[in-house]
Amino acid sequence: MRVALFLTCVNDTLYPDTGRAVVKLLTRLGVDVDFPMAQTCCGQAHYNTGYRHEAEPLARHFSDVFGEYEAIVTPSGSCGSMVRELYPRMGERARAEGRGDTLAATLAPVVPKTYELTEFLVDVLGVTDVGAYYPHTVTYHPTCHGLRGLGLGDRPRRLLQAVKGLELAELPGADECCGFGGTFALKNSDVSAAMGTDKVRNAESTGAEVLCAADNSCLMHIGGTMTRLRTGMRPVHIAEILASTEEEPAV
Amino acid sequence: MSGTYLGMPAFPEAAREAVGNETLRGNLRHATHTIRAKRAKAVTEVSDWTELREAGKRIKDHTLRHLDRYLEQLEESVTAAGGIVHWAADADEANEIVTQLVQMTGESEVVKVKSMATQEIGLNEALEAEGIHAYETDLAELIVQLGKDRPSHILVPAIHRNRGEIRDIFRAEMSEWGRPAPEGLTDTPAELAEAARLHLREKFLRAKVGISGANFMVAETGTLVVVESEGNGRMCLTLPETLISVVGIEKIVPTWRDLEVFLQTLPRSSTAERMNPYTSTWTGTTEQDGPSTFHLVLLDNGRTDTLADEVGRQALRCIRCSACLNVCPVYERAGGHAYGSVYPGPIGAILSPQLRGTGSEIDASLPYASSLCGACYEVCPVAIDIPEVLVHLRERVVEGGEVTREGNKVVLRPAKGHAAERAAMRAARWAFTHPGALRTGQRAASRTRRFHPRTLPGPGRAWSGTRDLPPVPAEPFRDWWLRTRGGKDGAK
Ligand code: SF4
Repeated sequence: MRVALFLTCVNDTLYPDTGRAVVKLLTRLGVDVDFPMAQTCCGQAHYNTGYRHEAEPLARHFSDVFGEYEAIVTPSGSCGSMVRELYPRMGERARAEGRGDTLAATLAPVVPKTYELTEFLVDVLGVTDVGAYYPHTVTYHPTCHGLRGLGLGDRPRRLLQAVKGLELAELPGADECCGFGGTFALKNSDVSAAMGTDKVRNAESTGAEVLCAADNSCLMHIGGTMTRLRTGMRPVHIAEILASTEEEPAV
Repeated sequence: MSGTYLGMPAFPEAAREAVGNETLRGNLRHATHTIRAKRAKAVTEVSDWTELREAGKRIKDHTLRHLDRYLEQLEESVTAAGGIVHWAADADEANEIVTQLVQMTGESEVVKVKSMATQEIGLNEALEAEGIHAYETDLAELIVQLGKDRPSHILVPAIHRNRGEIRDIFRAEMSEWGRPAPEGLTDTPAELAEAARLHLREKFLRAKVGISGANFMVAETGTLVVVESEGNGRMCLTLPETLISVVGIEKIVPTWRDLEVFLQTLPRSSTAERMNPYTSTWTGTTEQDGPSTFHLVLLDNGRTDTLADEVGRQALRCIRCSACLNVCPVYERAGGHAYGSVYPGPIGAILSPQLRGTGSEIDASLPYASSLCGACYEVCPVAIDIPEVLVHLRERVVEGGEVTREGNKVVLRPAKGHAAERAAMRAARWAFTHPGALRTGQRAASRTRRFHPRTLPGPGRAWSGTRDLPPVPAEPFRDWWLRTRGGKDGAK
């Protein structure tokens, strides 16, 4: 299977460790991973801030870069839901604006082939035990776009539960938004910070060392709040936990 | 004080105050979390909830698509039942109609119940200007009115008040408006309810004119429906000689049969009850029973314009259950007043900028009052995709475009204050369609990483005021990949 890694612009620039972890994990599971160098950004920030027309060229670019692959895997619930949920909607809107079916036709091929990482592992590869080892107490935050957009359900938790040495602590108010929301964190920073603080306090109450999620954007917001509140907890992307093994443990 | 809150600051500023108010946040948190949990339970009791939700959505969509037809049918059946129908294109017209109707009765007092539509148009103020006093009789509305306050929740307008505050308001204000609060009133719910009951009873028995809203209007029979918990509404609907109902045109359903769906979904979504305690229906007038004169004022006030918008029109499906408010993390922290309208929370954020346009600062900021977490869409009993409409309205704010205002197509210019953002979005789009440029930028950031501040200047200060930024890594992923070819065949 020719699988392309869509790392997302945020991960590529700020969280390369997540990318390395995905490559390590998928390679270990026998998947042939490619990283198309021309990839950039899915256009989510543009789209969600109201710049749909600026997002369109990015979506086209995404389709050009990834269209040939059998599967596209991304370690981001929100970018995954951008492709799966919002690309079809962009096509519909273009049609409603009298621009024909071209955009919809361009974007259609990538939509069903795009998987968030945990979905790909559970649904496509059919594994929940990926042979990982991570001797820490972890609490899991299901991010909004993964939870409600993609409907990841309990896939991430099943994967975590199968990790050797890992103790899973239930997060109170788990399905409440952490307050990141892209440009929301800038435009409504007071409300965003209040939401982030509550999320971190809930995480702290579990006694876990690590808060894990399947999206580094949310983890950036939560992690930034954690260090500011001096909690001593760490944000870790789920890919890094799943990639960790006894031979090569993640810290 | 109620009505349309024009001249409000933008949402972020209005929210800042609420976020900093510990008592308010505590009250809201407690109230919304309690009702949230109860609603979830009430919903799981119904095995066909998904089908009910879909049916509600379909009925509303069908009705909205043929609204002209059903409105005419409604007018005919109301008239046939002895009622008088009035059409109001906007707030001014509606206020004028109601004021004249009250003046015709020669009364200078009215009792009111269950009418967000009248708050939307600022009816109480309009009546007051003509020397007519309007008394709110819904318990929470009464608290708001006595407190010279504004409603902050669709269903529990005084949600921002706790019991102690309510007792203080009753003690200080009731005597100004009628029967004073009993001596030594405490803040136990039973005593507060009794004080309100006595105060209101006096008004019900005196009033000759009642003004109400309605949750539904049934086109086939001309019947109006109010669902409520307290029974005050029923008093208002039956005791006065004249009843004036002011209702938004979108509240119509074609048949009685359709009510079956909503009478299941509305109470469970709003108060987490299987069935609300009082469901009152009235059809025109009946000899020797209830009001002898019945007026129905059908209010447009931006609704037809909203209907013209393909994406935004779904907001008109709303049955005002308030489930989206109770589940919204932004509402929970910002409180209802920050939304600058009688419609707060997620539904307010999409309804107000459509009914009023995005011209004012508050209306242009409302589409951004959301992290797009999607919790509102998940709970909405008529499946309004609130995040979709929010993004659609954001587009209207930043890019402008064609909208319908007062029946005419007009092209809106982008709202002010987004020029820098637009430039940044364009630059980002350029970089992202030129992978080489992106790589150069990433490398430059990595090379200068030691000099990067952990706090940001300018608009970024909002971020780094409360959160730390992640450090920029020594090497972006793509450089690592190039160097190692993904660890497969060594350095390249
Ligand atoms: S938008 Fe939906 S959830 Fe919100 S008040 Fe209206 S019907 Fe209820």
